[in-house]
Order: sequence, then C-alpha cells, then structure tokens
Amino acid sequence: MTNSPETGTPGLMAKAVKEGIFAGLLALGMFILFVGIETYQDISNALVWRTRWGLLAIFVAVAAIGRFLVVGFIKPHIDRRKLAKAKSGVLEISEEKGFFRQHFLKIALVGLVLYPVAAVMLAGTQGSLKYVDNFGIQILIYVMLAWGLNIVVGLAGLLDLGYVAFYAVGAYSYALLSEHFGLSFWILLPLAGILSAMWGIILGFPVLRLRGDYLAIVTLAFGEIIRLVLINWTDVTKGTFGISGIPKASVFGIWSFDVGAANNFTKAFGLPMSSAYYKIFLFYVILALCLLTAYVTIRLRRMPIGRAWEALREDEIACRSLGINTVTTKLTAFAIGAMFGGFAGSFFATRQGFVSPESFVFLESAVILAIVVLGGMGSLTGIAIAAVVMVGGTELLREMSFLKLVFGPDFTPELYRMLLFGLAMIIVMLFKPRGFVGSREPTAFLKERKAIAGSFTKEGHG
Amino acid sequence: MTPQVDTQTNTMTSTMTGDTILKVEHLSMKFGGLMAINDFSFEARRGEITALIGPNGAGKTTVFNCITGFYKPTMGMVTLIQRDGVSHLLERLRDFEITKIAKVARTFQNIRLFSGLTVLENLLVAQHNALMKASGYTILGLLGLPAYKNASKAAIEKARYWLEKAELIDRADDPAGDLPYGAQRRLEIARAMCTGPELLCLDEPAAGLNPRESAALNTLLHSIRDEGVSILLIEHDMSVVMEISDHVVVLEYGQKISDGTPDEVKNDPKVIAAYLGVEDDEVEEVIAEELDGGAN
Repeated sequence: MTNSPETGTPGLMAKAVKEGIFAGLLALGMFILFVGIETYQDISNALVWRTRWGLLAIFVAVAAIGRFLVVGFIKPHIDRRKLAKAKSGVLEISEEKGFFRQHFLKIALVGLVLYPVAAVMLAGTQGSLKYVDNFGIQILIYVMLAWGLNIVVGLAGLLDLGYVAFYAVGAYSYALLSEHFGLSFWILLPLAGILSAMWGIILGFPVLRLRGDYLAIVTLAFGEIIRLVLINWTDVTKGTFGISGIPKASVFGIWSFDVGAANNFTKAFGLPMSSAYYKIFLFYVILALCLLTAYVTIRLRRMPIGRAWEALREDEIACRSLGINTVTTKLTAFAIGAMFGGFAGSFFATRQGFVSPESFVFLESAVILAIVVLGGMGSLTGIAIAAVVMVGGTELLREMSFLKLVFGPDFTPELYRMLLFGLAMIIVMLFKPRGFVGSREPTAFLKERKAIAGSFTKEGHG
Repeated sequence: MTPQVDTQTNTMTSTMTGDTILKVEHLSMKFGGLMAINDFSFEARRGEITALIGPNGAGKTTVFNCITGFYKPTMGMVTLIQRDGVSHLLERLRDFEITKIAKVARTFQNIRLFSGLTVLENLLVAQHNALMKASGYTILGLLGLPAYKNASKAAIEKARYWLEKAELIDRADDPAGDLPYGAQRRLEIARAMCTGPELLCLDEPAAGLNPRESAALNTLLHSIRDEGVSILLIEHDMSVVMEISDHVVVLEYGQKISDGTPDEVKNDPKVIAAYLGVEDDEVEEVIAEELDGGAN
C-alpha cells in the first residue's frame, strides 16, 4: 500500500464511493423484479401487481452503504491491525495449539457425558426433554449416520447418494421383527446392522464397475427403490401409514420403560413419572453407538482393509496392480458403512416408536452427505462438528420465535432451514473447500505424525 | 483356484526351460480392426534384466498390459514360472491375482502413487495381502491380538528397508504427492517391490529423469536384480537400456524384429532401420535380409 490508510486519503474515499455506487446499482438490478414489484390477488381473485419502491430503496441503500463502509473504513482498519501485528513481530499462526484445541476430544467427550445431567439440573426433569431429545439425540443420530457414510464416501471415495436406504432397512428391521417376533431391542440392534450390511452388499454388487456420476445415480435410485417398496408393499409395511407402537428399548432387559411394566425404571428407583428418563437413557445409548462407530472407524483405518479403502480412493488401478482385490474392498466398505446406518435406523425406530417411509426421503441422504462433505471427508472430528452445526442449527431455528418480531408474524424460521443450509455450505466451501477439517491423519509413521494437507488427498472417482 | 488349472503345462514347461521366468507365446492383441500385437513370442530369463524396446506405437505397453492382466490378450499364452517350479498362465488370472498369486509386480508410465497417503503408507498398502492374512481378515486385528501387531511391525521394517534402498527414508512421513518426480519414480518401484514379486515389470522407469536421477535408478535396478528378482522393462532411453539390460527384445508394429544381447541388437540392421529409417536404395537390401531371416 503506497498511500497510508491512516489519513483516509481522498483516493481511498473516491474508490469507496465508486464501489458503493456500483454495489448499489448491482443490488438495484438484482432486486428490482424480486423486491420492487409484488404480485398479489385482489378481492376478485385476479392477479395484479403493485410496486414497493420504499423496500427496494432500503435494499439498495444497504448494499451501497455497506460496500462503502467496507471499502472505506472496515478494510483499512483490518489492514492497519495486520500491519501493526506484523510490525510487532507476533506470529499470527503459532505451532503451539491452545489447551482447548489440544484436548478438544477429551473435553467434548466429558461434555457429552455430562450433557443430560446438566440439562436436568438447568431445565428441570421435564424441561430437559427438549434439550436431550431434540438437540442431543437428534444430533447424535446424524453424527452416527454421517460417520457411517464417511466410511463409504470419505475413506473409500465411493459417492453414495442413497445412504438413507440402509437407515430405512435398519428402522424397518427393528419395527417389523419386534412386532412379529417380539424380540428385544438389544437382540435386534445387531440383527438390523447385519441386515443392512447385507443390503449394502446387494447394492454393492451391481455398482462395482460404476464410478463417479454413474455410481451416484445408481445409489440414488437404490435409495428410492427401498422407499417405494416400503410405500407399496402395504401387506408388510402398512405403506404410508407406517408402523406404530414400536416397543421401547429396555436397560438390557433389567428395567423397562413401559408404563405398566412391573420392572418399570422410574418405579424401581422411586422417581416421579416422566418420559425424560427414557430419553436420557436413549441419549447414552446413541452416544455409546457413536463411540462404537468412531472406535471401529479409527481401528479399521489402521488395518490393511482401511488402508486399502483410502488407497482405492486415491487410485483404483494402482490398487489392483498391488494385488488388492478391489471388489471385496469396495463391498466391505459398502457393508460396514451400511451396517452403521442400520444401527442408527433401529435406534431411530425405537426412539420414535413409529416409522413411515416419510422419514427416509432423498433429502435425508442429501443432508447426511452434506454433513460429511462440510465436515471434511474422512475426518471424524470435522464431521461431528458439521453435524452439530447443521442439525443443531436447524433445531435452533425452531426456537427463534423472536425472528417473528422482525419479519412479521407470518415468518416461520423452519421453512428457511434449507435456504440456510445451502448458504452455510456455500460459505464453508468458499473458505474451507475441504470442509472444516481438511487435513488427513496418516495411519502409520516412522519418525513423526504429520497431518497431510487436503490438497494432496483425492476425493475419489466415485 | 487357478494354480491347479495349469498344472499340466507346468511340468512340461519347467522341465524344458529351467531358467525361464516368463514365456510369452504367440501373443496377439486386437483392438477392433487394429492388430496392436501380432504373434509375438519371447522369453525372459530368471535373474536378468530384460528390456522391451521399440519405436513409438510399436505395442510395448500393450504387451505389458497383457502380461500384467490389464488387458486380456486376443490370442496367445503368457506363462510365468516361479522359483519353486509352479507356473501360472497369466492370461487366465485376474489383474490383481497376477500380483497376489503369480507374484508379478508392475509400475506405470504415468506414475500412479497414492498421493494423499504418506510414503510409508504407500509401501504398507503394497503389503496388503500379507497384512490381511496376519490380521485374520481384519477380525483378529480388530480385537488387537499380538499376531497382527507383530506383522504390522514387520511390514514397517520391510518398508523401511526399501525406503533406504530407494533413498527415500528422510521423506517417509511426507505425502507421496509432495515428492519430486524422480523420487516418485523410485517410490513406485519400491512400492512394487513391497508386494514381494519374482518378476518386476517397469513401464519406462527412466522417462523424465535427469542424468543423476537416471544413474540412481540404474543402481536401484541393479540392486533389485542382485536380490534375485527378474526385471522386465520398457524403455525409450537407449543409454539406460544398453547399460543395464542383459537381454533386449525389439518390437515394431506389434512384431518382434530382434532379440538378443544389447550388442547384438545394437548392430542389427533391422533395428537400425526401424529406429533411424533407411535410404531408398537400402530398402530392398533390408527386405531381402528380412526374407532371409524369415526363411531361417
């Protein structure tokens, strides 16, 4: 910078004014039809239009003044601060991670274990329901699903757009088998996982030769097939009515959460009747399932099979030249990814007590995939953060009733969740194109473990 | 499953040619109407460096891909005779089985490393099959049994051995994509060696290397040969071929035009004609000679 920003030189001001006017014109062009003109139905139901110049003026003014301020004041201010920092010789990036970042995982784990206790203490038994169920369990289900999908997409590099199908298989396995055979949750949980894994292999076989876009389309179709079968096979699945009255999980058969049961949990401990205890129990169940997923993923990455998955993502032909059977490698990735989807599905069924094909639409697959991509493919920490942001964010939007005061009583923030979802993805991808955690931890090392920058790793060919 | 299939040919071939490791017989490869390789036969001997040379488009890489299973030949037989006398018909094996069962490893003309994996991890991936067995197909390894731990330690030691040979030990923990070009070539060879091959097939290993890197490559190849691993290589760089190979096969338009020691091949008029072209009046001479050769 030749002209020092401190004095606010006329050159800078002229530039700011110019850019401000330009931004204003751009906003005018963009919003004139959307905001400046409004169509509505008059009393005789005819479609007429009116102008909203005032509102348009506000939009244009915000853009113009905003740009003027950014160019004229905010940016020079930031530059000045950077300059001062550089002069004082304090490095902006330090090798030493802060205490929080160093012990992030331990802190997060302790936080999660204490979360329901804290919720009960802060919001009361009944009040904790919202925090434990809507936030805690909901987010953890997505964490688990995303970690499961991470094996297929993040490690093996196989783009799967129909992951929700395995979630559905798990949920319906539990719902149907418990209804017809009266088996308990703890027996059906592994069974649902195995059945999902089997469907993973069934999907895997036809798509072995496909890559990239073609693989994505076929997996997408597979997801839809499962959903359509669930809708149309009414004899078994009761179609769109869904299956209700799915039994609750018990504490390993020792205590039950059914109200009438003799070994009811609340009665056994002399606690007041509340569904909150069941939810807290479920929270710990899903937390344990998530930890299992993470543990297996971490262990598998250090096994030959996990390395083969990552090698497959990097270069399939080289894999085959090294004697790796890519068929079984791909199938195991599909099967193990699907298995965790099945676990999550059967947990979902017992938590809801009701399953219907509505819960397994394509949007769910898209959300799970978005979490994986946003978090950084392959990174468990990044994906967990992305799940908290994405799912927690949408749940939070339900709480934002104060927004109605700003945007008028017709405003329902939930309806904007997809919009915000998209916006968040664009922003994250602009600033962190490889997701929150883009680097890769090597699985073995000779001297020191160095994280590998995202620019070296590949996304896979499909 | 496949080794049993070819026991018949085994006994026959192994008794006839004791020191042959690879035998290519009447190999033909057709792409649509194009005959890329036409009735091509040659033998590579154990413990030797055999070079396959020829002008651009002669079909060298096609021969390579047929041997390593990336193409299925239209006709012909490719036999690999292992040290213990067991032989495999390579054209009947699937590509990954050629490495896993027949113990033939290969590298690629355009380097194919796992660029996002570290140098060490690249070498560990190459030991997949051995480690897979040691980990009880993942199940025992998942339980953390000592058998797998020992095997994975041994795998790292094997990787370290090859890293030292390829002079890559200092970069072991760096991503493979971060290495300079010459080092990537050496890493690819080291990776192929980690599969424990008897025959190593190299597709233009010296392409794009500067003289110093080229010399380092020669040393590496010689040390590999001294360990008893036979090498088959495709090469354009004549200085490399003449310096390191024990046996040269020349291919032109999908057919063999010469076969012998580097000196014999160097002075073969047909090879000179193929590489340099000939004067018009010499054409008849060459044709006559070729006819003679055919008659013999």
